[in-house]
Amino acid sequence: MSELSVNHLLGIKYLNKQDIQLIFETADHFKEVINRPIKKVPSLRDITIANLFFENSTRTKLSFELAEKRLSADVLNFSSSQSSVKKGETLIDTVNNILSMKVDMVVMRHPNPGAGVFLSKHVKASIINAGDGAHEHPTQALLDSYSIREKLGDVKGKKVVIVGDILHSRVALSNIFALQLQGAQVMVCGPKTLIPKYIDKLGVKVETNLRTALNWCDVANMLRVQNERMDISYFPSTREYTQQFGVNKELLNSLNKEITIMHPGPINRGVEITSDVADSKQSIILDQVQNGVAIRMAVIYLLASKIKQ
Amino acid sequence: MSQKVLLNAKEVNIILHRLACQLIEKHNDFSNTVLIGLQPRGIFLADRLTKILKEDYKIKNIQLGYLDITFYRDDFRRGQKTLEANKTKINFLVEDKNIVFIDDVLYTGRSIRAALTAIQSFGRPNEIELLTLIDRRFSRHLPIQPDYRGRQVDVINNEKVKVNWIEHDKEDSVYLIEK
Repeated sequence: MSELSVNHLLGIKYLNKQDIQLIFETADHFKEVINRPIKKVPSLRDITIANLFFENSTRTKLSFELAEKRLSADVLNFSSSQSSVKKGETLIDTVNNILSMKVDMVVMRHPNPGAGVFLSKHVKASIINAGDGAHEHPTQALLDSYSIREKLGDVKGKKVVIVGDILHSRVALSNIFALQLQGAQVMVCGPKTLIPKYIDKLGVKVETNLRTALNWCDVANMLRVQNERMDISYFPSTREYTQQFGVNKELLNSLNKEITIMHPGPINRGVEITSDVADSKQSIILDQVQNGVAIRMAVIYLLASKIKQ
Repeated sequence: MSQKVLLNAKEVNIILHRLACQLIEKHNDFSNTVLIGLQPRGIFLADRLTKILKEDYKIKNIQLGYLDITFYRDDFRRGQKTLEANKTKINFLVEDKNIVFIDDVLYTGRSIRAALTAIQSFGRPNEIELLTLIDRRFSRHLPIQPDYRGRQVDVINNEKVKVNWIEHDKEDSVYLIEK
């Protein structure tokens, strides 16, 4: 198995176990590359990649751009706030205009679920989904699993709880698919209003008591409350949310084991996680960010090698 | 598919000792020299030469690294298969060092070209030399020649040279395989 089974990375849903294995093994090599004195390889010097961000992003955008540059690809950046999208251009028109400038690959973040899948059916380019609404965020899930593998040796058999706003989270869905594919057990934990009604059909455990969830797990992935996606009030107050679903040092110290803490960012310090936990040895938040570059380099490299000349 | 023995175990052993002596002649105690085995097959030769230098010629501090050239190759997207990487293991800087690249077979010279680019990521070496066990004459695509060669052979294009190592292939030998 030396090739991905897909031509686009639209979601973890479309990958198989071998794909994830291949991405991780390739990322191992890129992680070594980005720790060298000179952190750049010339592999993709004849590839042009457009980063289309129809929704705000800091980490993901920087991480993709850095990954592309470390592979020597040419990079075009686009964000919808400064573009003709505001003038009424459709998504396909926007992308086709960009592709006619000879672009080989598109990294896209979009507020609508399925935007990547839609685009892959209508344009000739490799598409990487960098987050589509509340649907999937595949590279985040890959780097999360990769970080667990790095910290705990293997993902298989591990117990992972995803805590917080599951309803509005693309990170949660992609993580569930990725972790299950690799043989981990997954639990979601949060206020009932923020847990999708039929999520247990995906084979995940549902828990509304944080202490019980933390006592069960090896790894806790803390999510942010996505206020910008909330049309109604899902819980009485931030203070009450923090009391029930925020992780603090006291709570962690009272558990019968040491668990690993993750967070996809951006962190709301003092809400879902306190500063002393975010900055503690148990937290691998900054490792996640570093691994993100290696994982994205691997994904881009493997997809680019399937683009025929 | 027919195959012919180019070198047997005894001949391989004699050649390795000669190459080791030639390295000592040039590099003395290896205080400013590093050996770099090229992935994937050059590392077996590099390991073996290091072992001979250490055990038979009592050279103590030899720095050995492995270099993978996959991301520096010039045939990315030109073949059918995805190019698969191997591990690079260079735990030292090569700034101002004398480097000896070690590979089993020198054919078109393209891997060496890639290695010359790849090594720059680890600093600016003082000089770089090339050691190969087998040098396939008349088949170079680039102006690259070895500084130390085990055996020079004439091989036509539909033939392949296969180097076996006892650690991995059950015997030390070099075969000429007709495809």
